[in-house]
Formats: sequence, structure tokens, C-alpha cells
Amino acid sequence: MDWLTQPWPWYVAGPLIGLTVPLLLLIGNRRFGISSSLRHVCAALGSRLPFFRYDWRAESWNLAFVLGIVLGGFVAGVLLTNPNPVQLNPQTAGALQQMGVSADSGFLPKELFSWQAVLSPAGFLFLLLGGFLIGFGARWAAGCTSGHSITGLAALQLPSLLATLGFFAGGLVAAHFILPWALGLLR
Amino acid sequence: MALPIRDEFELQTKARTPGAVGLLAYLPYLLAGAFFGVVAIRSEIASWYRIYEMFRFESFHMYGVIGSAVATAALSLWLLRKLGVKAPDGEPLRVRPADPGRYRYLLGGVVFGLGWGLVGACPGPIYALLGSGYAGALVILLGALLGTYVYGLVQRHLPH
Repeated sequence: MDWLTQPWPWYVAGPLIGLTVPLLLLIGNRRFGISSSLRHVCAALGSRLPFFRYDWRAESWNLAFVLGIVLGGFVAGVLLTNPNPVQLNPQTAGALQQMGVSADSGFLPKELFSWQAVLSPAGFLFLLLGGFLIGFGARWAAGCTSGHSITGLAALQLPSLLATLGFFAGGLVAAHFILPWALGLLR
Repeated sequence: MALPIRDEFELQTKARTPGAVGLLAYLPYLLAGAFFGVVAIRSEIASWYRIYEMFRFESFHMYGVIGSAVATAALSLWLLRKLGVKAPDGEPLRVRPADPGRYRYLLGGVVFGLGWGLVGACPGPIYALLGSGYAGALVILLGALLGTYVYGLVQRHLPH
């Protein structure tokens, strides 16, 4: 039963993720996308902005879906924890060590995600700001990696290709230019 | 008051009384989400390390995951269409097209990518990490909700 706790190779994980698209269509003709849930939460909290004044209850399947993701994260991350750290390319590990980030602290680097890091003002702001960009950008682009880079690309929708190019461009800039600088500030 | 930007969801002008939807109707979505959450953790796409490695082009893993996910989804869509499969309510299956526009996808995409490259998690993994008990995921989620709200605030001033 090792496969329950050991990492799954891309050729298993990728097709399973891809199957989410037909699965949600077959369940209720829904378009696979995750970041909309953030908008539904704002709408459900009662924002009076026009952007949040729509019938979020009609989209509440999406909230059930993301609640399920939290559950799945609990099952795989807590009940069936993989005891080993993520196996990285030694080159990546070397680059991380140069920036002062441990390459073997488990699923996430402790320098960014340990309680100590999360509760420090700089560490908290780093994660909050990163999250802000994700939420802001996802709504501006009307979708995130699931809605555009998986669903939209599979449906051959041009806007999704543009968004995916944007995701990747932004990620490259962040990983190569902003991250080394930000990690220097965090240390 | 209409939204200046075409939107995927209809503006609600009157308060609507929700119909009595059985909680049971949500169960399939909950299970589909749990399935996705397990895959996100087991495939390590929710790991900050894997995202960083991807942006350094030092592992094929993430490219393999995304590539084979798109291929599987595209093949499934083609097959469902070919077989003429209908949704449970009898409607034809349909992947709602994205709204027209160019700037919103490119610029919004870049902003999203900046966040993705920093905290190493997109929205799906954020939820999965939350379930795995990482407090940091809660901070990212809080930031993402704030970002979503502020977008709603300044939407009409942005190019779309």
C-alpha cells in the first residue's frame, strides 16, 4: 500500500487531474475552476460591490468542491502523510541553499511555512502579499491554473492560452528576480 | 447598475429566495474535490519546492502533470462530444467560453503568476495545503480573498 503515501509520478497524477474536467461536466455540467470560489466567498460575506452582487448560491457547488479539496488535503497530508521530504533536482536544492532555504524540510520549506516564519511580521506579509497577487490576478484574468491552464486549454479557448502565458511569465519573474531578493529580506 | 465588464455571472438585481436544494446534491462535488485534493498532495503539485523547480526548468514533473492533464481533459471532451453525452438535466455538455478580451488575460495572468511564483501555490493547492494543516496556507487564502475583493473594488479602472 506504499502508493498511498508515496509521491505519484506525473503520468498518473496528470491524467487524474485532467479527468476532473469531464467529472464535473458529468456531475452537473460545471466548468472546472477553483479561484471563482474566492469570489463566491466575498459575495456570500455580503459585499455590496456590483462585482459581488450575483446569485452566488447558484454557484455554491464550487464551494462544496473546494471544501472537498480541503478534505482531500487532510486525507493525503495528515492521514496518509509521506514521511520523506520532496525529492528535488540537486541543482535546485543547491540554488535553494544559496538563498538560505533548506531543501529537505518536508513538503514545504520551513523558512517560509513554519509557525515561526508564518508568525513573524515579514513572513506573514510575504504570504499575505503573495496570496493577494494570486486573488487579484485570478479575478482580473477570470480564472487560475485550473480554469485556464487545464480546462480552457483543453477546450482550445484562446483567452486561456493568453492567461497561461501570463501565469508563466509572472512566475518566471517572481522565481528568478523577486524571490531571491524577498528571501534576503526574510532572513 | 450594470457591470462595465462582461461577466461570467449574471448581476443579481433582486434578492432571490434560494430554492430548497438538498445538501445531498453537493455530495458529488465534495467528493470530486476530495479526489482532486488527494491528487494535489500526492503529486506534490502543491509543494512550493516543485513550483520553484518548475520555474527553474530543472524538473519535468510539473510540465508532465500539466501537459498530461490538458491532454486527458481534451481527449475526454472530444469523446463526450463524439458520444453525444448529455448532462443529468438533459442539456448538452458545455465548457462555458471565456469572455472576450486580451489585456485582462495577459496582465491579470502576469499578476497571478507573480503570486504563484512567490508562495508556490495556486488556488487548488492552497485549499489542499489548508487541509494538510499548514497555517501558512490560511494566510495565503486570506491574502487571496483580499486580492479578490480589491479587484472588485478597482475593476472598472483596469484594462480588460
